[in-house]
Amino acid sequence: MTRRLRVDPIACEGRGLCAEILPELITLDDWGYPVIRAGSVPDSLMTDAREAVKVCPKLALWLEERR
Amino acid sequence: MHSHDRITVPAPVHTAPPGGQLPRLLPGGFAPGPASLAEHVRRYGHAPAPLRDWPRRNALLDEVERSGLTGRGGAAFPTALKLAAVAAQAAPVVVANGTEGEPASAKDKVLLARSPHLVLDGAVLAATMVGAREVVVVVHHSVREILDQAVAERRRAGLDRVRIRLVTGADRFVGGEASAVVHWIERGVPAPTLTPPRLSERGLGRKPTLVQNVETLAHLALIARYGASWFRALGTALEPGTMLVTILGAVNEPCVREIAIGTPAGEVLSLAGGASAPLQALLLGGYFGRWAGASEAVRLPFSTAGLSSLGAGPGAGLIAALPADACGLAETARVVRYLADESAGQCGPCLFGLDAVAGEVQRLADGRTSSLATLRCWLGQVDGRGACHHPDGTVRMIRSALSVFAPELERHARGWCCATRKGAVLPVPPRRPR
Repeated sequence: MTRRLRVDPIACEGRGLCAEILPELITLDDWGYPVIRAGSVPDSLMTDAREAVKVCPKLALWLEERR
Repeated sequence: MHSHDRITVPAPVHTAPPGGQLPRLLPGGFAPGPASLAEHVRRYGHAPAPLRDWPRRNALLDEVERSGLTGRGGAAFPTALKLAAVAAQAAPVVVANGTEGEPASAKDKVLLARSPHLVLDGAVLAATMVGAREVVVVVHHSVREILDQAVAERRRAGLDRVRIRLVTGADRFVGGEASAVVHWIERGVPAPTLTPPRLSERGLGRKPTLVQNVETLAHLALIARYGASWFRALGTALEPGTMLVTILGAVNEPCVREIAIGTPAGEVLSLAGGASAPLQALLLGGYFGRWAGASEAVRLPFSTAGLSSLGAGPGAGLIAALPADACGLAETARVVRYLADESAGQCGPCLFGLDAVAGEVQRLADGRTSSLATLRCWLGQVDGRGACHHPDGTVRMIRSALSVFAPELERHARGWCCATRKGAVLPVPPRRPR
């Protein structure tokens, strides 16, 4: 089973913490909103991904399980 | 003469009109005003009685599947699949969507204003097919009174076993998006919500919800009466049936007409009295549709398959004709500004991105300092970044403009514009304060 990062664009306010923690997978667009790289989160980045999910003040980021 | 010709069959309660005859949904001739319940029954006969047993419900579901009916709200999703998904759930609700927030489109308003009972028949049938007890019919404010009267007429006649509730739709562009309609009915907020959960699983009042465009329901009411083969007598094998189209712009009589799907776009224009000026381009499908060069587009069948070579589609059934003396870039810029203003303002990339995009398109149109590269970069950043398809649809339309009006783009960069026409072609409501 793999996991991928999902963002709720309605909840997201572009605080940008996620992109600071996980620049490998999350960049910010010209208006400061996260753009998530397609594909599943590699095991080597899973700890950072979990951290990024945890620090989002709007609870707008989550890891979705993919079979 | 063969012997079986003399066998008398009991006369049917109502004979189906010839399947190949148009119009199906709108009144023929020049009868003014909405069709009353009596006129409606005289024309179409009664809708099949409420289906209480599952075998009969399933038989009708099969008939809808055989008909090949797809949603007429723009997405063209197979209606039978949607019905089946909701029918499999407990205690669902049906929403008939006649919001029609697109300012250029009039087909749902015209259908509701002329044949309200056909839509209501379809809504009630859909409810009985999925096992719903309530139908919420959302209509544009301009036709609300007509629907009030139609529902009252049905109530007096004791026609329906399900409750019909009327709601005036939000007069906003995104107000017609399925999740936004549910949000509007429930909380008075015309803004889309995040999916999943799908509406068919959790929608209005957290109940499984079937949201169908009003025209789709009108077709459903006829399929229930006359069957799938009748429905398929017009249209193409892949895209059977008829559809309502709004024809506007540089045509002699802007109007709503019913066409067999696959009718060449040029013939559709002639239903509106033909072009009123030499044409340069057509906007196909609506404000989320695509621009296409007129000389190429008029020859193509108005269907998903027919327009696919242009990357276009019929959308919610709209053709806008742009005359040769108008500026396609200026028209696009006005519509894009409107669409950016109509963002529900929930998702950052849509709220800020579309606003930036609209500014850049306006600068291109005005021949002011602008960057096509920046615009293209922003279009890529906005595409697919919202909870609904508002940013994607807008981006699609802009990209088609950049390609169809490419020669004009170069002229504008040099400070020239070919347009001589004053005044707008595409309708856009006045800006509202934000």
